[in-house]
Amino acid sequence: MTLLDQKRTPAGPAHPPEPPSRAAAWLRDLGLGIRFAAGGGREGWIRTLLTAVGVGLGVALLLTAASVPHMLDERSARDQARSESKISESPDASAKKSDSTVLRIEASTEYHDRSITGFLMRADGDHPVIPPGIDSFPAPGEMVVSPALKKILDSPGNELLRERLPYEVTGTISDAGLRSPGELWFYVGSDTLTSASGGHRIAGYGKPGPTDPLSPLLIVLTIMVCVVLLAPVAIFIATAVRFGGDRRDRRLAALRLVGTDIRMTRRIAAGEALFGAVLGLVIGLAMFLTGRRFAGLVEIWDVSAFPADLAPDARLCVLIALAVPLTAVLVTLAAMRSVVIEPLGVVRNGRDRGRRLWWRLLLPVAGLAVFGLGGRIDEYSVVNPYPVAGGAVLVLVGLALLLPWLVEACVGRLRGGPVPWQLATRRLQLSSGAASRAVSGVTVAVAGAVALQMLFAAMNDDFNRITGQDPSRAQFYSHSEIVRGDAALHTIKEFRATKGVTQVIGTVEAYATKPGKYTDDEIQPTTSFTVGDCATLRELARITSCRDGDTFVSHPQDKGQAGWVDATARKGKVIEFDTYGRGKPLHWTLPAGSRTVEARTDPYGEEHSGILVTPGAIDARTLPGAETVSQIRIDENVPDAAEYVRNTAARIDPGMRLVTLNSVERDRQYASIQTGLQVGATATLLLIAASMLVSQLEQLRERKRLLSVLVAFGTRRVTLGWSVLWQTAIPVAIGLVVAVAGGLALGATLCWMVSKPVAGWWLFLPLAGAGASLILLVTLLSLPVLWRLMRPDGLRSE
Amino acid sequence: MIPAGSLLAAHDLRKAYGPTPALDGASFSVHPGEVVAVMGPSGSGKSTLLHCLAGIITPDSGSITYAGRELSTMSDAERSALRRSEFGFVFQFGQLVPELTCVENVALPMRLNGTRRKAAERIALEWMERLEVDDIGAKRPGEVSGGQGQRVAVARALAASPKVIFADEPTGALDSLNGERVMQLLTDAARSSNVAVVLVTHEARVAAYSDRDVTVRDGRARDLEHAV
Amino acid sequence: MSIGHTLLGLLESGPRHGYDLKRTFDEKFGHDRPLHYGQVYSTMSRLLKNGLVEVDGVETDGGPERKRYAITDAGITDVATWLTQPEKPEPYLQSTLYTKVVLAMLTGRSAADVLDAQRSEHLRMMRILTDRKRRGDLADQLICDHALFHLEADLRWLELTAARLGQLAKVVAP
Repeated sequence: MTLLDQKRTPAGPAHPPEPPSRAAAWLRDLGLGIRFAAGGGREGWIRTLLTAVGVGLGVALLLTAASVPHMLDERSARDQARSESKISESPDASAKKSDSTVLRIEASTEYHDRSITGFLMRADGDHPVIPPGIDSFPAPGEMVVSPALKKILDSPGNELLRERLPYEVTGTISDAGLRSPGELWFYVGSDTLTSASGGHRIAGYGKPGPTDPLSPLLIVLTIMVCVVLLAPVAIFIATAVRFGGDRRDRRLAALRLVGTDIRMTRRIAAGEALFGAVLGLVIGLAMFLTGRRFAGLVEIWDVSAFPADLAPDARLCVLIALAVPLTAVLVTLAAMRSVVIEPLGVVRNGRDRGRRLWWRLLLPVAGLAVFGLGGRIDEYSVVNPYPVAGGAVLVLVGLALLLPWLVEACVGRLRGGPVPWQLATRRLQLSSGAASRAVSGVTVAVAGAVALQMLFAAMNDDFNRITGQDPSRAQFYSHSEIVRGDAALHTIKEFRATKGVTQVIGTVEAYATKPGKYTDDEIQPTTSFTVGDCATLRELARITSCRDGDTFVSHPQDKGQAGWVDATARKGKVIEFDTYGRGKPLHWTLPAGSRTVEARTDPYGEEHSGILVTPGAIDARTLPGAETVSQIRIDENVPDAAEYVRNTAARIDPGMRLVTLNSVERDRQYASIQTGLQVGATATLLLIAASMLVSQLEQLRERKRLLSVLVAFGTRRVTLGWSVLWQTAIPVAIGLVVAVAGGLALGATLCWMVSKPVAGWWLFLPLAGAGASLILLVTLLSLPVLWRLMRPDGLRSE
Repeated sequence: MIPAGSLLAAHDLRKAYGPTPALDGASFSVHPGEVVAVMGPSGSGKSTLLHCLAGIITPDSGSITYAGRELSTMSDAERSALRRSEFGFVFQFGQLVPELTCVENVALPMRLNGTRRKAAERIALEWMERLEVDDIGAKRPGEVSGGQGQRVAVARALAASPKVIFADEPTGALDSLNGERVMQLLTDAARSSNVAVVLVTHEARVAAYSDRDVTVRDGRARDLEHAV
Repeated sequence: MSIGHTLLGLLESGPRHGYDLKRTFDEKFGHDRPLHYGQVYSTMSRLLKNGLVEVDGVETDGGPERKRYAITDAGITDVATWLTQPEKPEPYLQSTLYTKVVLAMLTGRSAADVLDAQRSEHLRMMRILTDRKRRGDLADQLICDHALFHLEADLRWLELTAARLGQLAKVVAP
């Protein structure tokens, strides 16, 4: 253009270096970033470590989640390995007696709200089969116990349990025979057990075949639990990658001054994030491996696991290893789009643009639409997990995106107020992004949990069977297959003599049928046959006069069923007791003088219609298939009354089944999902608290000088403490409002999907409380640093 | 030991940061309404002297009396209360709270003292008018020039009607014209309100706005007016 | 610059001949303007008349007669007073100040005190000018500012010199 241009440049390099290829430039800049992250002096290391520890925490949680399938598989595999090998589908089928068969009866009990499972076992021959986890068959009177049970038996204050299990402990069950380290389990050797007293003959252990599939509703629940727990972890990792971002931006500005271009700075920043993320992967793996060793020691809400069970799925591991660094790089590049790094400083252009609402609303609405299109699910439909998970993710992530807009919109309207409030709101007005990011994790976690709890509440009826028992009349129900002539009386006497017992009803029960030959299409008339003394029989039916030797026919309250009872209980005619193939059936004539009475509902919630007989009319010992049954009421004010009852039961017959009567019986699978949700929600909220704390501290440290100035003109610590509290509280409060609103919407949609009415609109309250304690926790933990920064050292900068 | 009629006086102050002594037997006094410049080379202990006098840090030994009360025996809370109600501060930079507007910044010390927001902001605006920055009241410190920001800081120091203003290099970050203007406004306002000013500076033209100057050298303050 | 006080100060270290005085003066202070011998002679006779010096002896070894001068007690006091008395702040003061600093060193007095006294005087002057400036109109302000900037430059020199006293002592009085 000008003459100057045509002049030869003096003394330049003869051949200017060729510009590096794209890939080479990427590698060079990423490497530079990694060098900055690794070699940035103490400050740089602290930043990298913060990121790495944050990512590490997330990775450790992800790895734990990835181990859950394997853990569940292992647990159910061990569970199946110690179950008896069924020889047929019929639950009563016994194995043929041989040298290796074993008679056994379950002798499980409860102790101080923990269930203890155990078996009495008697070998038929010299080479009995043994369950996994024990070396040899326990000799009569000897007991092999799980380590956790041994610990309870050995510790003082548990005399009642030792009295109940008065056997000599000769060994412990190894891990192979236990589902989890905390499980209470025992095997006792017996020399008195017979088939007649309830013993069941088994030929081996190990139940083949798959476990029962989860119900479709449970699948929906499980998917939701996974989404709800893992979405905040992903958000947390994204937040952790941005720790210390402001300082990094300033360093990049210095690099711009010496001639890097915008693309290079982005790549350098990506390199830094990559290093932090990879270091985080390593730290997360280390945390996971270290934490795994202590898995057995930790028992949260009855869940514990053997370290070996916590083996993450290989495919999921690969996914984590790839996704985490990729997320780190993408998040960094996205974050830097709103920042212009100029050679002389950092310009944020996020604010003047303002946040737009419409696209943020798209995601949650799309999520709800996915549910709507998916339609309703009932007990029997096959669930496609992808739309459910996808819809939930869309709604939850949408809420996280909605939050920054909402925080900005709300905070922008706040004016005035006391000084701490003013400081906090003005601070948030100036930059609400960091606060929103930290809070979005809380929002997703709480919204998901609210929705889940609503779903739980709605499904309550399905899983919480109302048993119809009346615990105000009796708290225990026992049945034993040991039947003696005086068995009922004996049992009643023993229980009556037990400390804390106020009332006992005891009977011997069997089933009577009408004799004859029946084709496959015909139903043999059957009715129940109850032997008890007059006092007991009066509890079961409206009987006016009664003497020993009397017999009654009890009609159910539903008159339509009375004919079915009379089909068997024909006065003056013979009835038959089936021996299930063990000898000849027993025949007995119902006396013609039997009176007809009306049945009452007994404390177990059952009607004892059928034939009622006093002991003088029949020898109960001769009844095949009979059980001794008792119902016991205790005085709840007597401490350990329940334990005394259980001890008495074990003394009468170790194989006696003792059932605690509750109004509500909980489905076990359902309980385990709820437990999982509680464990996960706690971990997630703590994780979020950690990330909020880190950004809070970082912000405080950047304001060291300002804090010193505020101290100089006499600002009280309390004032600044409150402003820190508000600064956390305002975004968290907004986040919780969004979470509750979104959670309720999602919950209502899910309830609609599974065709249940919404049962609990107020279930979010405990979660909102947890959110509030999160605010307190973060504030309290940041106060020491605030106090330290409020020392006047910050003024000494001349 | 303490000059008669002085408002704030220090005697034989000693303060060390680690092994380095920052103050090594410094004495100082200022009368009501008097503007005293504290001069000296960098690292001579000027700022440390100011921080001690203002009760921001406590000296290792020596006494500081303000209006007959001994500062070194006061609790941190008492000294903070004293700074809130009796003292005002102007620093070189980074002293305005970036997220508050200028008016809110000026009103802040009054509000810390318990004045209601409306009243505090009204007084704040009056002082800003006096310092010729009332037009930027609604702006944030990041949006105003250095000179304006420093005037806002001066207004803030004066607004809570203190007895002493501590100014640490108040013109250090300003060009000479802005620096002169800030000094003129500060000293005029202080004199007309009978406020004492302790002015730490290394610039002679800034120190020339004082009534008297004290030189700090090697941690010792020499009051030359009295020495000769 | 007061040549009389300077020569008196040089005599404090011991009696000297007039020519000797001139040579020492030229060497230490007279870099570009050597002292005329006649000026030494006239100054000495004025000092003699005021009783600040006395004739210690006369030598005549073949040439013109040479008087040897010695300082009197009155002379020593006079030097001390001169050194502690700050100069009126005005432009191009440094030669006088420099002389004072060197003399203070040569005679074992505190050079720092000399500088501090001068600083204080400069500041007093600046304070007066500043005060005039704030009361006056624009013209006054501009005139005062001119003086103030010069005085400030002096002050900077004073500070710089104060910081280099140790170095200077090694050169002047090894």
